[in-house]
Amino acid sequence: MNLQEIFRRMCLIRYFELQVAEAVKKKIIPWLAYLSVGQEAPSATISTLTKGYSVFTQHRGHSVYLAYGGNIEQLIDELLGCKTGCCKGEGGSPCIQDLNIPMYGHHGLIGENIPLATGYALATGNSTVAYFGDAAAEEDYALTSFGFAATHKLPILYICEDNNLSILTPIKDRRNWNVYDVTTAMGLKSAAIIDDPKIIFNTVKELINHLPAFVNIQTCRHLWHVGCGNDGPPKWDRLDEMRNIVSNAKEIEEQMRMYVEDLWQKQLQKL
Amino acid sequence: MAKTVAETIKEIIRKHLEKNNGLLFGQAITAVGWVNNTVPNCKNIIEFPMADVSNMGIACGAAISGRRPIIIIRFQDFMWLNSSTLINYAAKSKDIFGTPTPIFVRALAQKNAGCVHSAVLHSIFMHMPGFRVCSPMTPKEYKEVWNDFMNNDDPMYVSEHRSSFNNSREFRNSYKKADVTLIPISITRFNVDKTIEILAKENITCNVAHVVWLKPFKKDNILKALSNSKCGVVVDADFEISGASQSIAYSLMYETGAPVKALGLYDRSVGVTPETENPAPDAHSIAEKVRQLLRKIKK
Repeated sequence: MNLQEIFRRMCLIRYFELQVAEAVKKKIIPWLAYLSVGQEAPSATISTLTKGYSVFTQHRGHSVYLAYGGNIEQLIDELLGCKTGCCKGEGGSPCIQDLNIPMYGHHGLIGENIPLATGYALATGNSTVAYFGDAAAEEDYALTSFGFAATHKLPILYICEDNNLSILTPIKDRRNWNVYDVTTAMGLKSAAIIDDPKIIFNTVKELINHLPAFVNIQTCRHLWHVGCGNDGPPKWDRLDEMRNIVSNAKEIEEQMRMYVEDLWQKQLQKL
Repeated sequence: MAKTVAETIKEIIRKHLEKNNGLLFGQAITAVGWVNNTVPNCKNIIEFPMADVSNMGIACGAAISGRRPIIIIRFQDFMWLNSSTLINYAAKSKDIFGTPTPIFVRALAQKNAGCVHSAVLHSIFMHMPGFRVCSPMTPKEYKEVWNDFMNNDDPMYVSEHRSSFNNSREFRNSYKKADVTLIPISITRFNVDKTIEILAKENITCNVAHVVWLKPFKKDNILKALSNSKCGVVVDADFEISGASQSIAYSLMYETGAPVKALGLYDRSVGVTPETENPAPDAHSIAEKVRQLLRKIKK
């Protein structure tokens, strides 16, 4: 496990998203943006274990795109609505894709990427990973896709980035069951963990040998469901905790901050 | 002996699954009858669970991979559940992501099957951008439709009708000087011969321009027939209101200036008894629509 590399990816995502938040605040990005601030750890960690997998992400997908090495200039351009964006400016924040990863976007319906990823894994036999939230996992088409993957023993890893919120409605108000129990009952190797990169790494490293598998990772969204607002300090900040664990954390963080800010400035100058 | 529509479909599917490494998805495919004997017993058939919404998503995911899956929806009524990913992802992926989702949707209809097994719903897919929509009723038309699918990368909605499966004849258009041009779609195409006979007894002459391609709408034959007649009637097995028949009638009127009426299902539910059935227009109702239109023109 390379904690420095995981931390570097977390910083890349954090400082990228803070730039997006700034652009939203200034109305440079006047349309919807779904930010991953606080949710960096799952994709930053899992991407180090699943290089070469086909990746299917959901509307809050900047983190996944960046963690897997998606083209960052094209993502900025996409958010700015430019023709040079990763989806020619037509998709915007929730619909991003980079086939060089390969990562497939989706149209924006919550959890739509789950059956898409499942069908793709069936048709290609390629190792596939699908990222989605705790509300997406409630969709009937998500649940039946888990069952389909178990039935056909597909090489797919399902990652639920569980921030406990459907916009602002917590899980306890939405259901009295948890996804882990359902996927376990269906026959998927399953785990329910917190977003500590060490735990994520060790769990996923084991599970990718037993696909299909499901991992529910409790994480903490710092900003609103959409846009750059917040409702006070977050319950936890995993990136902040990592600062005390990772060697050379300060240098890595500063390097990523400058890298991201320079890129944003360069892309903004084109406008 | 000429092949039937069912035999043609079966032959196309077998070749696709065995030679092209294609895929076929559907519910109860291998059950009694193999979808009216249109599906061969061969490899690459995946039985779906009764999970309509996710099934189409899984099929679309397979389509991204380039294996050009066929999905069978045994009754078009089920499209309401199955259409989500088809409309929201498959039809848009080329525009938004630059990656196509070529999937061949065999959507079947049936006569006299009540409120959940009788629908013809091609109109809603004409309405949404990104689809190719067609309704082949003959072996030659089905082959043309399949070749079009294999040579394009759009999702294809194929509005089939079980009553056409035993058909082996090809339809002909007629372009003579006539009082009216009949423009039938789907299963109503089998009814217009009788309409022509009925109206001939009243000295009303008819041209016929068959519709196979709803989107992109192919109309050369229709314009040619319409140019030699006073008016037209578009007849469809889907609902008339805001449906294919009204849409096509409007575009033909706008383009030619000729009066063109629409005739489809009434704006009410389809029942199971003869009294409540709301069936596709038959020969007599088409004839009556023609009489009404000609009377109106005369005034």
